[in-house]
Amino acid sequence: MKAVYIAGAGMTKFGRSEWPLIPLAGAASLAALRDANLGKIPVDGVVVANMGAARINHQTALGSALADYLALCPATAEAVENGPASGASAFKIGCQAIASGMADAVLVTGVERMRVVDGLEGTDFVATLSQPDVEYIYGVTLPSLAGMFARLFMDRHGVERKHLAMIAIKNHENAMENPYAHIHQTITMEGILTAPEAVVNNPPIAEPLHLFDCCPVSDGAASLVLVSEAVAAKLGGRSVRVAGIGQATDSHAVHEREDPTDLKAVRIASEKAFALADLKPKDVDVVELHDAFTILELAESEAAGFYKPGTAHKAVERGETRRTGKLPVNPCGGLKAKGHPVGATGVAQLVELTWQLRGEAKGRQVKGAKVAYACNFGGFGNNVVATVLRREGA
Amino acid sequence: MAAISELEAALRPPAMEMPPYPPKAIRLASGEAMVVRSATRDEVPILLQAIHPLLWVERDFYDIVAARLFAELLAYKRYRVRDEYVLVGLIDGVLAGLVNGRLVDAKTGMSYHTLTIRRGLRVGSHLFAAKMEYHIEHCRQEEVLIVAESPIGFRRWMIEYPLEKRLEVQHELGGVPSWVLPRDTYYKAKPRLVAGRRPVPDELLRAAESIALPTEEAVVQQVSGGKEGGA
Repeated sequence: MKAVYIAGAGMTKFGRSEWPLIPLAGAASLAALRDANLGKIPVDGVVVANMGAARINHQTALGSALADYLALCPATAEAVENGPASGASAFKIGCQAIASGMADAVLVTGVERMRVVDGLEGTDFVATLSQPDVEYIYGVTLPSLAGMFARLFMDRHGVERKHLAMIAIKNHENAMENPYAHIHQTITMEGILTAPEAVVNNPPIAEPLHLFDCCPVSDGAASLVLVSEAVAAKLGGRSVRVAGIGQATDSHAVHEREDPTDLKAVRIASEKAFALADLKPKDVDVVELHDAFTILELAESEAAGFYKPGTAHKAVERGETRRTGKLPVNPCGGLKAKGHPVGATGVAQLVELTWQLRGEAKGRQVKGAKVAYACNFGGFGNNVVATVLRREGA
Repeated sequence: MAAISELEAALRPPAMEMPPYPPKAIRLASGEAMVVRSATRDEVPILLQAIHPLLWVERDFYDIVAARLFAELLAYKRYRVRDEYVLVGLIDGVLAGLVNGRLVDAKTGMSYHTLTIRRGLRVGSHLFAAKMEYHIEHCRQEEVLIVAESPIGFRRWMIEYPLEKRLEVQHELGGVPSWVLPRDTYYKAKPRLVAGRRPVPDELLRAAESIALPTEEAVVQQVSGGKEGGA
């Protein structure tokens, strides 16, 4: 494929937004466009990632709406709905447009405004991604799926709640350095696990997952400007190259998988992305994983090839995934603390990695990062997009 | 108490003997210790100062809770509500939240309001639990009448405990009919909802002797979530 570069990145603060959906998407888009500084180079296409606007914001056709809002008409425009993997799916489509030669500059924006509904409705809306006849109908929610997954995974690999707590503590700590993060609050092992008060501070959500094992419900938007090699050359200097993208699906119903703890779609998507990039997991300097639940950070890091099955929790114990560790995971705070506006998440992961590769991540910068990997996990692992980015010249 | 005029005495409700609330310390998720203790009438002005900026914060019904609590605190200070009490939560001496209520009679308590300033650490849950603890364990009441004015309150009290409907009783806060926390439900909920350690170490007690306030900007930022970064 033709080379694709990230010329601009921007996002809004995640959390609860009073802004309507399109102005929220517009804010991130303008930040990315300003960052790209395209000058007179036209934006050929707009791709918007979103999961729930039709249902919870009563708005559809977001691509056209954003193109008009930003005065980018007559650019092409699409909206992509692919559950929580919408963001990276939209990114992939933007890349395909450039790689195919159909476009030279594409704006990819992910946006979600979920806090307009209460927690019950929000949980139900996300649960609609589950299999309708054998999961949703019986009351399955994403936390409940994650709880069952966690129980099996922990039992099989000797993972304890303390390992999950270590991930939560790390990600909250990382988010303290991220002005865009939803949660700016450090937590401690004592406060969420070992003190007698922890039973109140950190109540069960879906055993063995507790409150601090789960990401918050967030509003927010993130945006990237993708350009062709020719445009990147005109813009000069600091572009980040899309080295590889892989995507894979798995059975809709989790129980139909041969081994429910094997995140096959993560494994296959990652293998494809690394193959395209001609890189290996060991080449990666910084990682963004889809830790909607802490257990997923462990499971994805194994499925993506960074650790052998059943060993990631030991790496967490050794501090390897801390920002200063051997393999920094989620330096932005992850979904756990940065927040998880579902349609925006996949784009936001890549915004963070772009900043990391450019050395612009300030207090959360991973020193000398040259190669970065992201896993955007859709459904409960039934549609996954993995991306490898590389700093130009690295 | 200073001598009061005959007219002022006539304006004040008769008071019941109220047991003290023994302070306790709660380890929060952040690792910080929050001391929960009763607030005196002399401390009301500083509490009013904390609440004042929230009168205009619509998010999560802070405006109505703050406005009503403001009036209830004044009524407490100026002896216009019978048998009212106020508990505060202090982290390093800084106000993290407050709750209030009153005793209807020897057997029945009336929960008024719970207002959290430091959000995201279940401070409100801890303080509400302390309030229930005061009614049931220290005042030895049989039940507490409760309403919620926000969905958050409804989830925390009605669902989490869970409370029972007492729809034939009109709560003093008006609006919806009352719900109730009976003594046995309290004790069933206690292991998962009521936390804290006594006695409070001297160092923590000393830090909680007086009430310090976060800045007005910090209060509004905490409750409304408004921070830098846009949108």
